[in-house]
Amino acid sequence: MRHLLRLFLILLLAFVVDGQSVYSQESDPVTSTADSVATEPVTPPPASAFGLAGEDMPNDNGHKLRVKWQYPAEAVGDITGFEIWRATSPTGEFRMLGQAPNDYFEYLDIGNKETPAPDFMANNSDFFYKVVAIGKNGLRTESEPGGPFRTYGQWFHRGKTPVLVGVVLFGCFTFYFIRAAKKGKELYVRPLAGIEAVDEAIGRATEMGKPTLYILGIGTASEIATIASFAILGRVAKKIAEYQTQLIVPCYDAIVMSIAQDVVRSSYLQAGRPDQYSDDMVYFVTNAQFAYVAGVNGIMMRQRPATNFYLGYFAAESLILAETGNSIGAIQIAGTDQITQIPFFVVACDYTLIGEELYAASAYLGRDPLLLGSLKAEDWGKGIVMALIVVGVVATIFGWDGFRELIRVNL
Amino acid sequence: MKRRVPLIIVFCVSLFMVIQYFVPLDSLERVYRSFLDYTIIIGVFALLLGIWSLCRVNYDKIKRKSENWQYAIITLTGFFIMTIAGFLSGWGRTDNYLYQHLFSYVLVPIQATMFSLLAFFIASAAFRAFRARSLLATLLLISGLVIMIRFVPLGFLSEPISDLAGWILRVPNMAAKRAIIIGVGLGAVATAFKIMLGIERAYLGRD
Amino acid sequence: MNFLNRIVALDRRWVFLFLFVVVSMAYLLRNYFSVDITVTKEVKSIYDFIEKRNEGDKLLISFDYDPSSLAELHPMSRAIMLHCFRRGIRVVAVTLSQYGAGMVEEILREVAAEAKEAYGVDPQYGRDYCFVGYRPYPAMVILGMGENFRVFFPRDYYDTPLDSIPLMQGVRNYDDVNAVIGITSGTTADFWIVYGNARYDMPLALGVTGVMATDYYPYLGNAIFGLIGGWKGAAEYEKLIDRSADANAGMPAQVVAHLTIVLFIMIGNIGYLLSRKSTNAVS
Repeated sequence: MRHLLRLFLILLLAFVVDGQSVYSQESDPVTSTADSVATEPVTPPPASAFGLAGEDMPNDNGHKLRVKWQYPAEAVGDITGFEIWRATSPTGEFRMLGQAPNDYFEYLDIGNKETPAPDFMANNSDFFYKVVAIGKNGLRTESEPGGPFRTYGQWFHRGKTPVLVGVVLFGCFTFYFIRAAKKGKELYVRPLAGIEAVDEAIGRATEMGKPTLYILGIGTASEIATIASFAILGRVAKKIAEYQTQLIVPCYDAIVMSIAQDVVRSSYLQAGRPDQYSDDMVYFVTNAQFAYVAGVNGIMMRQRPATNFYLGYFAAESLILAETGNSIGAIQIAGTDQITQIPFFVVACDYTLIGEELYAASAYLGRDPLLLGSLKAEDWGKGIVMALIVVGVVATIFGWDGFRELIRVNL
Repeated sequence: MKRRVPLIIVFCVSLFMVIQYFVPLDSLERVYRSFLDYTIIIGVFALLLGIWSLCRVNYDKIKRKSENWQYAIITLTGFFIMTIAGFLSGWGRTDNYLYQHLFSYVLVPIQATMFSLLAFFIASAAFRAFRARSLLATLLLISGLVIMIRFVPLGFLSEPISDLAGWILRVPNMAAKRAIIIGVGLGAVATAFKIMLGIERAYLGRD
Repeated sequence: MNFLNRIVALDRRWVFLFLFVVVSMAYLLRNYFSVDITVTKEVKSIYDFIEKRNEGDKLLISFDYDPSSLAELHPMSRAIMLHCFRRGIRVVAVTLSQYGAGMVEEILREVAAEAKEAYGVDPQYGRDYCFVGYRPYPAMVILGMGENFRVFFPRDYYDTPLDSIPLMQGVRNYDDVNAVIGITSGTTADFWIVYGNARYDMPLALGVTGVMATDYYPYLGNAIFGLIGGWKGAAEYEKLIDRSADANAGMPAQVVAHLTIVLFIMIGNIGYLLSRKSTNAVS
């Protein structure tokens, strides 16, 4: 009799599992739930979700769909949440994607972009969904399949339109002022004390017969601050080569070191003193932040440079470096775009280039009209930003949300 | 030609980067990821150059017995011990006794000590710089004191001081920071344009 | 007059020495001090968030710091993880710091053992917590994890496929964890805000060093729902979970250090003002 009963249960279970269940291929717990359906029919299963709707997510290459569903308000308390399943046809194999809490009636399906992945979601394709309500009693009810919902790929990320407008506008300013500069138009740029002190600082090192230390920071070669620093290093190295004084450039990053060697070598060549250049001037120390600080501080304490330049990307090491430099009485010029570090440099250095002044330094030192032209474009850019801030404040005060939406960037 | 080829490469790659930011195509993203992979590969080879540079400079110091040459021995010894310890467990693994102990009981305390020096330097820099030289400097001084005192338990005064510190951070501090951020942002775009168009060439080692 | 000038131009080494002595004394005598810690809203909100979660909910904790800031950030990492283990919250750990992997592996094991000893729970690797490891380029990794954790972490730190780890089954991206807590000592905190929260809109909280904390206050309430700053924040969290540890032990030293700096600033200013007054009088 017991064997017969077991056989009956197995047959019943096989019937339930075979009956187009979305979980047929997936997991054991589900099978056991089906078992519980068969053996404990006393408590009713939860209500089914209905009204499945899907919409393609904008600004991608067709790999995202937002699925929404409805659920009877009076039955929400009976369930713990939902499971969301996806298939490429209503009768195909459904795959579980994720879960949602019981008071949440939508799910953002972010499919995989690569083909071999099991959750791959192709562009311009149809998908079908099922939502399974999970009852507090452990029973589960699946909805009717919803779909087809189609994914669409976009050619342009519309959320980034304000950025595009800004870049184009700024590009126009840059071209205009570069053309104006080429035609010989006199462009006024306000003097920067830190830049004007560069010659004086190198001259001081020459007079004292001591080296000049140039720190490019702890950024990689792709940081804008590091790139700006390369430009300044080129001009500083040229001056140093002309004055025939010593230059030390200890580097944090190996790629930065390679580029810096090239920059300094070229500067010595331009100054007509290629014989005085040696790769030992520009060398790698380490790419561990505080080990680098220890190394550079050691150089300062032992070689006692008369002039220190700290130009580039800096983090917590800024004050440790600058205070050590201050303690040996070096004249110090610093510049960084890292806002948190600017106060430290202001306190411990003689001159500090704040934020974009670092980027502009190369143009100031070279006095190249093309470079100065781009500085004027920056001024105009700032003017537009200031105008937008004023308009934004007014719009917010008067509740004109449209303006805010117009300039909002949606990544 | 030798001068132009790098500039053409810079222009093309920059243009690609700009386009891929606005165009959400998988093919562009794949190329973008390849560029990132190239960066890693170049970084690894550059690291070899860096290690070569480190060894050569320190070896020369020892060979020439230049001033303080003894430190170069410590640098090279540390470098070789850590490298050998890193390879003891085989390729791609560092979970051996020597490496873990060097990491936990040498590297960690040394780095933490260097970082803790910051507290001393902040103290000396604050002592020297926070002087009531002018109205603005006095405002800075008072703000600095309020921000610092909020860490100190002062009974019933703690809450209003904490609120005042919060206001200083949220309003005047944020206003100044945002102004600098906007300037930095525009400066970064301008520098990117200059590099893209070949106006700024100093990073290539030429004017 | 001479005395005033000497105060104004006090050699920095005296400042270092004085600070070292008072901080050391405060630390050594910490058992005789009691610092009354006021819990701030920004720390309480993280505690409340975890407290309100159900058992089995998941948190992604990113340990984005290296050994140099370990002393400052480890206490908050410990406190948060202990709280999670006590509440039965599952922890997915990741590090975006180059030197972080070994350190994170160690702290996870230690805290799991501590939780067992303190609360009688027994967090198991793979079921209650897992560590997916380290990948370079934090911004890219944060964006990639928003799509699928497996893009950058197909396997965990111990080379086990992510899909074979019970905890990670069904966890694809930020949608499948309840929140992200970034404990960071560098620019990665900005990346979490810009590339994580702004793009994927997941609940985000940050734990940062004391120096960095001021930078992230403005984001409270919009981009981040909570913020723990340095030892002070960690001490508040320890108070909330009722477990006094490293941060609380360090609070007397921290308070004394702040008072010392304030004292030096005041002495410097008094010296400066008096010397200026006497210079004016002479002229």
